[in-house]
Amino acid sequence: MKHIITLDTREMNEANGGCGECQTSCQSACKTSCGVANQKCENTAE
Amino acid sequence: MIHQYKLNGYNIVLDVFSGSVHVVDDLGYEVIALYEKNTPEEIVKNLADRYPESEIRDCLSDVEELKSAGKLFTEDRFKPISFDFKKRSNVIKALCLHVAHTCNLNCSYCFASQGKYNGERAIMSFEVGRRALDFLVENSGKRRNLEVDFFGGEPLMNWQVVKDLVAYARSIEKEKNKNFRFTLTTNGVLVDDEVIEFANREMSNVVMSIDGRKEVHDRFRVDYAGKGSYDNIIPKFQKFAEARGDRSYYVRGTYTHLNTDFTEDLFHLADLGFTELSMEPVVTAPDDPVALTEEDFPKLCEQYEILAKDMLRRKKDGKPITFYHYMIDLSHGPCIYKRISGCGSGTEYLAVTPWGDLYPCHQFVGDEKYKMGDIWQGVTNTELRDEFKLTNVYARPDCENCWAKLYCSGGCAANAYHATGDIRGVYEYGCRLFKKRMECAIMMQVAENMPSSAE
Repeated sequence: MKHIITLDTREMNEANGGCGECQTSCQSACKTSCGVANQKCENTAE
Repeated sequence: MIHQYKLNGYNIVLDVFSGSVHVVDDLGYEVIALYEKNTPEEIVKNLADRYPESEIRDCLSDVEELKSAGKLFTEDRFKPISFDFKKRSNVIKALCLHVAHTCNLNCSYCFASQGKYNGERAIMSFEVGRRALDFLVENSGKRRNLEVDFFGGEPLMNWQVVKDLVAYARSIEKEKNKNFRFTLTTNGVLVDDEVIEFANREMSNVVMSIDGRKEVHDRFRVDYAGKGSYDNIIPKFQKFAEARGDRSYYVRGTYTHLNTDFTEDLFHLADLGFTELSMEPVVTAPDDPVALTEEDFPKLCEQYEILAKDMLRRKKDGKPITFYHYMIDLSHGPCIYKRISGCGSGTEYLAVTPWGDLYPCHQFVGDEKYKMGDIWQGVTNTELRDEFKLTNVYARPDCENCWAKLYCSGGCAANAYHATGDIRGVYEYGCRLFKKRMECAIMMQVAENMPSSAE
């Protein structure tokens, strides 16, 4: 494509249900203004 | 839903419901902006005075192709699953253990009221802590990774109990098929070689509280005699951070109305040798003289841009620093369930007081009406738990049209409650800062994936 470059991003797949092994959003450093974008997926099956 | 913005020489287009990130030229930027409300012929006509028709049609075909591939103008297909969340399991995977409701510093901006959470000073006994760990294991279902944060107040004021609880957790984790990951959050006053050695062996993460420059740090982070703690804690934290090696740590500061030039504090911390940094906007009542104001907002946005550009430069120079809110992994970040389920407070994450009461998170501790139960009876206020299960991004009316909702998942329930009186409200000022941080974080991803372009 000449006009648009698309970065590789994770597929938003609602089929897997989520394994829940990831860190809780607020746990690591902020404690006051959490989001989820900076969390890592820890699903070892993927 | 599309969000498009220009930053640091890049035209960036985010497709919210696919999570796709596109970098486009000027024509692409304009075509995408016009696409939803105009026919192709109208777009050609609209742009014909500035771009050749063949280019416009070429660009329209790129847009069509991405739309067909589910990477542009994708529809929201997640809303229906968000309302199943009330039925979701009651698994708990993280506890914030308030091992010490007391502190050896007297920081006036502390959301925990100098560690006391508006109550009496208190220390968690080993028995209470052990029962809390058992409670976590009993309620964690099949989750293997369990997070426990030693928090306060100042947890090093109850250090022996922290060590004993770690030993207890290690003694049961194999049998229970669990993996405890501990975090220690400390102001540094009581850090010594023994703390460093133990923490480096047992703590997955250490959060070191420093606000930045000496004059900024010592403005708030003082002892009970009013003496600043900077000179005492900096050498200890430098030693601590260096000894962490590959293990995770963050230097975490708070900025207020009085240091809206907070990048100077982050750069100061980098100069001191710290590389893993976090700097949070103060959480306080709007009438507090240190609260962030509307006039501060553009300055803060500028600061976040300065930080992003400087981090790109540092990385290029081989001396990278990490900023907690700019960590974003586009290809292996959170799944959609994580993105729509909220922060987990009151459901998978609970705070435990020194006497064993349960609260939705550390920021609700001390507010009796948010008491959820205790570590012996478990969660008895199930109505409150159900309310928290639904504090996801789709339950917040203010999030409906927000492009950042799948990056923040609805934000902080406590901030929402303190700002609006409702855990399903939003702390609008915090939202705007969050969006600015996301724009910067994504721009950095763009810059790093397109090294030959502008910086």
